[in-house]
Amino acid sequence: MGYFHSVTLDREKCKGCTNCIKYCPTEAIRVRDGKAVIIDERCIDCGECIRRCPHQAKKAVTDSLDLLSNYQVKVAIPAPSLYGQFKSSISINQILNSLLSLGFDYIYEVAEAAELVTEIIKDKMAKGELKKPAISSACPAVVRLIQVKFPELLENIIQVESPMEIAARIVKDKLRKDLQVDSGKIGVFFISPCAAKVTSVKNPLGVKKSYVDGVISISTIYARLITNLIARDKCSKLEKASGTGIGWAISGGEALALKLDNYLAVDGSENVIKVLEELEMGKLPDVEFFEGQACVCGCVGGPLTIENSYVAKKRIRYLVEKSKGEYSFNINNVNWADINLKAQWTEKLTPREVMKLDNDRVKALAKINQMEEIFKNLPGLDCGSCGAPSCRALAEDIVRGLGNEFDCIFKLRERLRILAESMLELSNKVPPSIGRREDKS
Amino acid sequence: METANNNLTMEFTITAGDFSTAGKAASEVKRILGQIGFPPAIIRRVAVATYEAEMNIVIHSFGGKITLFITPRKINILCEDNGPGIADIDLAMQEGFSTAPDKIRELGFGAGMGLPNIKRCSDEFKIYSEVGKGTKLEISIKLVE
Repeated sequence: MGYFHSVTLDREKCKGCTNCIKYCPTEAIRVRDGKAVIIDERCIDCGECIRRCPHQAKKAVTDSLDLLSNYQVKVAIPAPSLYGQFKSSISINQILNSLLSLGFDYIYEVAEAAELVTEIIKDKMAKGELKKPAISSACPAVVRLIQVKFPELLENIIQVESPMEIAARIVKDKLRKDLQVDSGKIGVFFISPCAAKVTSVKNPLGVKKSYVDGVISISTIYARLITNLIARDKCSKLEKASGTGIGWAISGGEALALKLDNYLAVDGSENVIKVLEELEMGKLPDVEFFEGQACVCGCVGGPLTIENSYVAKKRIRYLVEKSKGEYSFNINNVNWADINLKAQWTEKLTPREVMKLDNDRVKALAKINQMEEIFKNLPGLDCGSCGAPSCRALAEDIVRGLGNEFDCIFKLRERLRILAESMLELSNKVPPSIGRREDKS
Repeated sequence: METANNNLTMEFTITAGDFSTAGKAASEVKRILGQIGFPPAIIRRVAVATYEAEMNIVIHSFGGKITLFITPRKINILCEDNGPGIADIDLAMQEGFSTAPDKIRELGFGAGMGLPNIKRCSDEFKIYSEVGKGTKLEISIKLVE
């Protein structure tokens, strides 16, 4: 089965430079025939390459607003990170009213669902249902990173749906009943800072099918959101969520909402990998909760955002502090049995063993030996000219049959020098007939 | 009988007191075992045992060597150090016992879990030590399929 990826390449724009291959956390990119190629099985859709590409050749496939016309009822579920994209003089209500004016009938804040998820996780923690360290499942890129690189930690991932998915389920269910329309006629659109979320909708993690019908990137609608802003006093009241849920947009926000002491919040893929390595080895026994986010500062640093992530984080942090950890609803008025049902994962996460060299361990071992031998003879400069991120990766590609030694320009030059030397040597060899004549003269 | 091609030997020299590189052997081993395709649980046991052994050599010895012999069904880890040696092995094997100085404990190491942890990860575990000479560990982790 083909695996859908949001992160893709615009072949026209790609210059074949090697910027992206160096920063991919799963070494999923190679340059071939002058263009970057993404290895599907390895890509976790973190969007790091989108950020790194100086030619904007990496992009996230998202949906367009045109898709709205396919549905009778149109609902926007904005990610809390959207609120960080505007100056603090613009109220959340103004942002939501502007969003509504793009053609939506209803809005349900993902931040509100984040508050519900907070309470669900809190409850599971209190009941001792979570394996420690409990790992947040909020960042889909980190969940996939764990599948690829840290399979031993899969059991620690909190098996609760993301606020996005729960928001979609709640709003669809409610509108279906309230309006008496078929749920197929209700289109729920996530307003996203993130490419990995798009992939999650098409290839869900933990559930069979997503209730989200489309994902629209913040960056593509940002200009229209700015133009459509209306004065505060003309806005209808759409804002509901408290800072507790909105805080999920920044690194550490989930842990703050959970009111935990022994937590570790890490942002940026590279940092997340380092800490997961320590967690997998059992080196951090005190940590109760781990929140890792692939993007720097958290979702506000997503590849589909506009504002500088630190500036956006500042605004969200202010909202978190203002909320003092309160919820926007009364806990006793929530139908928890229903919400819990909507939040439960039904599918088990399995490791994605994409790093192994062969399905047969005996053959894999032979390949490792071969690889080490090849690696020893490579220059070790990790220059990337061969199209692989490092000399080690080239050695690996060679044993996988995806490259050869002379992809390395240094090896090629060495070989040319040897050839040139032998040519010179040969050219100095004089045929005996000529040689004899010269002797006589 | 195995030919040289379907087993792999990895050797690491460990420097006493060098905390900055401690853990390198374990992460390198983890990467290689993943490429060979060992089950995650086995990889974790080997990585933890290697890591703890590295730390022991860094903290307690005057330097040493860790050698891994990897075959498709079994991983042997040999750890040899030059060091003070262990006077009472039974005591050293007890959880919580450590001779690590306070300075090291303040760093969060020396909790006395190293050797017991290695043993827990092993299918076979042998320890030899001679005071004034050094310590040798022979660890074996097997794949049951």
